[in-house]
Amino acid sequence: MYSEKVMDHFMNPRNVGEMKDADGVGEVGNPTCGDLMKIYIKVENGIITNVMFQTFGCGAAIATSSMITELAKGKTIDEALKLTRDDVAEELDGLPPIKMHCSNLSADALRAAIEDYRKKNPGK
Amino acid sequence: MKRIYMDHSGTTPIDPRVLEAMMPFLTEKFANPSSIYTEGREVRASLDQARVQVAKALNADAGEITFTSGGTESDNLGIKGIALGRKEKGGHIITTTIEHHAVTHTVDYLGENGFDISFLPVNKYGQVELETLENEIRDDTFLLSLVYGNNEIGTIQDMRDIVKLAHKHDVLVHTDAVQAVAKIPIDVKDLGVDLLSLSGHKIYGPKGIGALYARKGLRLAAVQHGGGHEKNLRSGTENVAGVIGLGKAMEIGEIGLTTEIPRVKAMRDRLVKCILSELEDSYLNGHPEKRLPHNAHFRFSYIEGEALLLNLDMMGIVASTGSACSSKSLKASHVLLAIGLTPEQAHGSLRLTLGKGNTDEEIDTVLEAVPKVVKKLRAMSPLGHGGGK
Ligand SMILES: Cc1ncc(COP(=O)(O)O)c(C=O)c1O
Repeated sequence: MYSEKVMDHFMNPRNVGEMKDADGVGEVGNPTCGDLMKIYIKVENGIITNVMFQTFGCGAAIATSSMITELAKGKTIDEALKLTRDDVAEELDGLPPIKMHCSNLSADALRAAIEDYRKKNPGK
Repeated sequence: MKRIYMDHSGTTPIDPRVLEAMMPFLTEKFANPSSIYTEGREVRASLDQARVQVAKALNADAGEITFTSGGTESDNLGIKGIALGRKEKGGHIITTTIEHHAVTHTVDYLGENGFDISFLPVNKYGQVELETLENEIRDDTFLLSLVYGNNEIGTIQDMRDIVKLAHKHDVLVHTDAVQAVAKIPIDVKDLGVDLLSLSGHKIYGPKGIGALYARKGLRLAAVQHGGGHEKNLRSGTENVAGVIGLGKAMEIGEIGLTTEIPRVKAMRDRLVKCILSELEDSYLNGHPEKRLPHNAHFRFSYIEGEALLLNLDMMGIVASTGSACSSKSLKASHVLLAIGLTPEQAHGSLRLTLGKGNTDEEIDTVLEAVPKVVKKLRAMSPLGHGGGK
């Protein structure tokens, strides 16, 4: 049911863990319905230099979290804000339809992290 | 890498002796058992013999056994058969919140068609309490349907006491014993149940075959109509090879109660003890003692079951979970919610059901793999502290 790429990101997730000195943190989801994602970003001169994640959830939730960290790293904030759920799913060679809504939250979490960063750093 | 199969409550492989017994009926002994020529009569005689095998394993009479297409059909026939066979219209049926969908959706259907249905709550171990049952019984209650050994958490009901109470109020008892047969001794006369469902593929028999025990003298309506097979209770040319296989599987299963099952139980007990002592915030779902001997059902905080299952799958271990994320409906298992777990708690569940093929070496492998995966997922999780002991 999962693509090889999903399984790879799920079994060998990239950039896992808590970032203690993050410039922005975004959290989405709700453990009651199965998924909770936390994305941490480090920003220098408007560029996302590091991204990390922590996720409680199914295989798709973990794989999409891992994928967004790779997609966002090195991008400007404006570029990163354009990343969508569909981009993440596409980069993973697709997700089972049932997982598209419930577990594909990482683009939202990234956006929340950027909003958090902007709130802490007005004008950037 | 040899795969480690620990989903025997999902299904089982066919025992080679069962297959051997079936083979002639898939090849040269193909006659229709309703045919009156020699070949047909021979097949009929084999069917009758299989019926005796099934009856003997339950301490029933052969005439009380009806062959069906499996556990689902047996539940349907038992419950609808009693409900629709009554002279009175409507009435009250009691079942529980931890039944298999084969029972839940059958009584739901009857509920939409003029019957009153009550779903009894269970305690935190998944047991029906006598007082709860007695309070629910009404003047028009005619049937109680209760799973004997639960397919998820493995809890076994105090069936004899429950039957006694039900009979005191003139309520018939149907039990879904699909998971209990060949796991614990079953004597229908001693238990006192009126109807009992069983299925072939959970006991090293073939898929698509099962049986319903219905005590002599009960009035049942047929659910499937046609040529009048199975004493008019279940029309359709018999699944001969399946019936022969079920008979053999029941015979082997009964012997296994004193040989194979103690071995499986010892492995299960070691598995449970070691996992619970190795991992913090891990729990056993279901009753600690009154549980099916092959069932281990864990709950691990801070992680989700589908991720756990897939990791184990990649390591060659086959298991199952009640997590919402692995179900088509994206709803947590109704059984786990019924024993009082929150949806969040139900997510972190893992069911390992052992069987004939499993060895102590496999238990060792699983005892290494499960804590490793749980710790890996906890380290990724934003909930909790994320460690082992
Ligand atoms: C308790 C219980 N009842 C009924 C069934 C259905 O049996 P079958 O698959 O033979 O229809 C199962 C199998 O999953 C079961 O575990």
